[in-house]
Amino acid sequence: MFKQNTMRYLSLAGFSWMIPVFKLATGENPREQGQEILRQIGLPVLAVLIFLAIWSTLAARVDTSLGTFPGPAAVYSAAQGLVAEHKAEREKADAFYQRQVERNEKKLAKNPDAEVKIREYTGKATFIDQIFTSLKTVFTGFVVASLIAIPIGVACGLSPLLNAAIAPLIQIFKPVSPLAWLPLVTMVVSAVYVSDDPLFAKSFVNSAITVTLCCMWPTLINTAVGVASIDKDLINVGRVIRLGWVTRVRKIAIPASLPMIFTGLRISLGIGWMVLIAAEMLAQNPGLGKFVWDEFQNGSSESLARIMVAVITIGFIGFLLDSLMQTLHKVIARGEANS
Amino acid sequence: MSWYKRLTKASPVKTKSTSRHLVKVALSALAIGVSGASLAAEPEKEELKFGFIKLTDMAPLAIAYEKQFFEDEGLYVTLEAQANWKVLLDRVIDGQLDGAHMLAGQPLGATIGFGTQAHIITAFSMDLNGNGITVSNEVWEQMKPGIPKQADGKPVHPIKADYLKPVVEKYKAQGKPFNMGMVFPVSTHNYELRYWLAAGGIHPGYYAPLKGDISGQIDADALLSVTPPPQMPATLEAGTIYGYCVGEPWNQQAVFKGIGVPVITDYEIWKDNPEKVFGVSKEWADKYPQTHIAVVKAMIRAAKWLDDNNNANRPEAVKILSQSNYVGADYEVIANSMTGTFEYEKGDKREVPDFNVFFRYNATYPYYSDAVWYLTQMRRWGQIPEHKPDSWYMDIAKKVYRPDIYAAAAKELIAEGKMAASDFPDFAKETGFKPPQTEFIDNITYDGSKPNEYLSKFAIGLKPADTLK
Repeated sequence: MFKQNTMRYLSLAGFSWMIPVFKLATGENPREQGQEILRQIGLPVLAVLIFLAIWSTLAARVDTSLGTFPGPAAVYSAAQGLVAEHKAEREKADAFYQRQVERNEKKLAKNPDAEVKIREYTGKATFIDQIFTSLKTVFTGFVVASLIAIPIGVACGLSPLLNAAIAPLIQIFKPVSPLAWLPLVTMVVSAVYVSDDPLFAKSFVNSAITVTLCCMWPTLINTAVGVASIDKDLINVGRVIRLGWVTRVRKIAIPASLPMIFTGLRISLGIGWMVLIAAEMLAQNPGLGKFVWDEFQNGSSESLARIMVAVITIGFIGFLLDSLMQTLHKVIARGEANS
Repeated sequence: MSWYKRLTKASPVKTKSTSRHLVKVALSALAIGVSGASLAAEPEKEELKFGFIKLTDMAPLAIAYEKQFFEDEGLYVTLEAQANWKVLLDRVIDGQLDGAHMLAGQPLGATIGFGTQAHIITAFSMDLNGNGITVSNEVWEQMKPGIPKQADGKPVHPIKADYLKPVVEKYKAQGKPFNMGMVFPVSTHNYELRYWLAAGGIHPGYYAPLKGDISGQIDADALLSVTPPPQMPATLEAGTIYGYCVGEPWNQQAVFKGIGVPVITDYEIWKDNPEKVFGVSKEWADKYPQTHIAVVKAMIRAAKWLDDNNNANRPEAVKILSQSNYVGADYEVIANSMTGTFEYEKGDKREVPDFNVFFRYNATYPYYSDAVWYLTQMRRWGQIPEHKPDSWYMDIAKKVYRPDIYAAAAKELIAEGKMAASDFPDFAKETGFKPPQTEFIDNITYDGSKPNEYLSKFAIGLKPADTLK
């Protein structure tokens, strides 16, 4: 039983390639598992190694005005440099807070009524800070988009009339590039979002809204299609036993269309992540996109390698986000199946 | 004090801070009475955001931050790179930025309403010199044969635009527009490039805002257009422009990348010319006078640090500037000009010890005569479309340049023992006008007190009575 459970969790978490290793460790047919390991782990590793070799040889031949294109080694050392910078900046931040405390004490000693407070660090955002900024932004935009798209999608799926009414709007707005929205969003936010002490920075709101506008469509369409294509028998059963509209949606429509909804969410999150990087680059809003653009503007000999680190990071995070959605989908689907 | 507490509790925030401020001033006045030493009042606003453009002459801001001169004044400053000069100015005007590293022409241009109209003032001049004019390799190859050589085969400097003239004429004859880049219509670079071109007989074009033509290309032999500094090398490489005038590190960058050759530095066009200033809106300065003084104090100390012991601190400054959040270019590229050398052609490195001056020669003092010079150039090229009397030039200079605020900051620094009186001009005697300056590339003398007379000396440019309609 323990074995079964472990294997199930591994596959849930997207670590199905670990299963043969686990089986081998628990003493199952070594030869069969060995072949399986080669297929599931060996091949991808080999492909990555071949890719790295090709990258190294080709990169050395591309000579830009900022020096040769960075190969894997240069990118690795740039990554180390970025981590070291992050640590140095943290130390500077600590010293900054320390100095504030001392200064505040002095101030209070001079004048007991003086107002003192500790201020946020004013130094630069490091690469790692930017990663978290981007993640925060993309999740905000994505969650807002889902909260808008799923209800509308369900309504469209249940009512062919509404679907027909909204269809042209969806068709027109779906293909719009995020960068076309961005200037409009920026202007509207500047005009509408005015407060002396805003809860969120304007730049954050701009990026999040742009993400929302671009990544709601796949969820909306998939939800609508999923709900519309539910087995008619289910709907009829709901009618026969006189379920209320809300219950019908909650107990029948949503569970039955869950796979489609999740497919939509996965696509949405992927699009949101792409859009966000572009929006950050264009609007100079904090995040990984800004990091890339800043490095490009700096034009130092390190710049290309650092941009490459960012590119790989962006790809890796995109992959993680996708796996996360997959896992979530499996978990929820199982929960539904068990209940 | 309980009545005071009651008063502040019952009153809204604004009066609270002002009454608190009054009490603080009263207290500090008392302290002065008691101790005899001046004690700076607390700044009204402690958290500030300043904008800058990624150029080496933003150094006073970076140093004031990194060396904690801002913190010494009780200021917590965030420095933020801006996309371009227009965005930077707009953000100062609408209050998103408290102040910024600005082109000397920006506060003047904004105040007289060329471009965006807003009353901007400056109490601190950030540096002297620091720009260069670079041409593409192709243009340099065509210029080079005509330029006289030294004994060692290297070109004699300064190189005048006279040697560029035949190249421009050749392009004109072929029907190709000779495009050049500068960073902003009211930038020092625009006026320096125009000055150099006109001194060599190449017409850089007029502006005619009355006709609604602000391209600055009327009657032009060389067509000047705006390109953001960091994009200059890329634009030159793409062949969109044949040359540009820009601050460092973007001239040296062209040499490093092997895409262009700097032909002249602005030091050779006009020796020790004022370059950047620290600008704030008039409204901001009126609202936070003590904060403004504190900012100027920190920046004066930073400028002095940059020039101390004959530039001894420059390598450390370059290291700071090469951080990606400031200028971000390679150490070697920034170090070139900051440490007193300038590389023209690849391998032709020459000593230019005053390429970047931050404090010497009273570089930080906002001279009225510097303001008037920029106004004369705006008039010369038509940005100021109609004749103005000499008194108008004085009035605008006094409206924008604020040596009084500078003096207040300097006196506090002297009282605190952080600086000596000898570091500054003699405030009791200083008129704000430098004696007539003669070291221009065309040898025309500039006397800041006679702008119209100065304007009538140029062969190319609008005469005092001219109006383009």
